[in-house]
Order: sequence, then structure tokens, then C-alpha cells
Amino acid sequence: MSALPTDAQLVARCRGGDHDAWRALVERFSRYVHAIATQAFRLADHDAEDVFQEVFARTYEHLDRLRSDEAIRPWLAQLTRRLCIDRLRAGRREEPATDPIEEGAADAEIERLDEALLVHDALTSLGEGCREILDRFFARDESYRAIGAALDIPPGTVASRISRCLDKLRAKLEGRNGGSAPSGDR
Amino acid sequence: MSYDHERLAQLLAALPPAPRGWVEAAQELPLVRPRIDEIVTRAEADAEFRARAVTDLEAALAAEGYEADEALLRALRTRLRSY
Repeated sequence: MSALPTDAQLVARCRGGDHDAWRALVERFSRYVHAIATQAFRLADHDAEDVFQEVFARTYEHLDRLRSDEAIRPWLAQLTRRLCIDRLRAGRREEPATDPIEEGAADAEIERLDEALLVHDALTSLGEGCREILDRFFARDESYRAIGAALDIPPGTVASRISRCLDKLRAKLEGRNGGSAPSGDR
Repeated sequence: MSYDHERLAQLLAALPPAPRGWVEAAQELPLVRPRIDEIVTRAEADAEFRARAVTDLEAALAAEGYEADEALLRALRTRLRSY
């Protein structure tokens, strides 16, 4: 199995006009950008979608001007953060009575999402079986029954498989030694 | 850093998938970008077209002969939302 490209490799390929690399880069960071907008800043769906599209549009425009290809993740986080704050401030001009923007709380949440991205990257490097079952159960909030039906396994064995896969994921995370692989690794 | 099952569960749950349509629209950006720029330039220069686009984007594009797929529509709505 070939290793996933690093963030820097993906950025370099995007800059060279590789559309598949761009698709992969969007896929890699889509959850992260979405979570910053909806969880850290709690934007409404239509505002979150605008921010999401704007983040990737600006990223595409600025690929040539990134200070470092490895720094795409923090760059995306900062850009998303700034656009979310702009969006909230614009909303407050229209509705001044709304609550103040709690940037400190949002930044703490972004730190948590950074760690979640690291875990998600480790998940991506596990086998397809574990990746699928853990993502379906925890990130997509699917039931044992739905997972069993989708993966063609008895619902009664889903829990034990999830537990085994969590053990593998834990071993992966605790055994890693700081190489520079995809996104969350730093 | 130590990761017990509970902590892993919380971190995995923190990154649910973004809506598929959002992701696909962003992925198609390089392909639709020239058309987006053309339509936005047109909207900036033509107040009547801009008003129609803001009111009913699909109808305005169809009337002008643009083929609008979902990725183009999402990107354009984002750009035109500020008008």
C-alpha cells in the first residue's frame, strides 16, 4: 500500500495544476474547516457554507504565496478563523443585540480540532475495515444496526470490532514518532 | 500523550464529514473558476443582470445561456451573497 502524500507534497502538486491533488487536499481538510466554522464559531449553515467555499477559493488563489507548503493546516485554520469572525461581525452590525464573539473559546476549540485532525489522520492510515467502522460510528453517528448492514457484519459484533479498532488507533497514535505525514502531524 | 477509548471517541466525533455538496463544489473550483470570474464580472458591470442573479440565480444564468452545475451555483451564490 502506498503512503499518503504529505501536506507539502499535495500543495506542491496542486500548484503544478494537478486537479486530483486539489481534490485530495479539499477532502483532507474539509472536515477541519467545516468544524471550525460550525463548532468553534457556531455559524449558521448558510454562513458556514459561505466561509467554507471562500476558504478553499482563497486557498486555491494563494497557493503560490504560501510561506511554507508544510504550513497549509495552520494557514487554513487562520484563514477560516478570520473569515468566521468577519462573518460574525457583519451579522452583529445588522443585529447589535447579539452576544459578543468569544474568540478565546473559539481558539481553544480550534486547538481541540487540531488534535482531532491528528487522530483522524492516524485513522486514515489504519486499514479500510477499521477506518470505515470507526468513522461511521463516531463521526457519522451511525447505529450498530446501520453499520452492520452497510459493512455486512452481524450487529452483535460491531461493538467488539470498534473496541479492537480503537486499540489499534491508540497504538498507532502512541507509537508514532513525529514524522511529517499528512495534516495533523507536526 | 495518552489516548484512552473515551478520549479517542470524543476526538473522532469532533470531525464529522462536511456536507458532500460543499466538498464537491470546492473540489470543482479549478474547473469552474473561469466561468465564475466571467459571471461575477458581468454581475458587477450590469446592475439588471446582478439583480436577477441575486433573486433567482439559476433562472438568470439560464436566460444568459450559461450551463450551471451544482458546483458553479454554490460558488456563485457565495460570491453573490454580498451584493
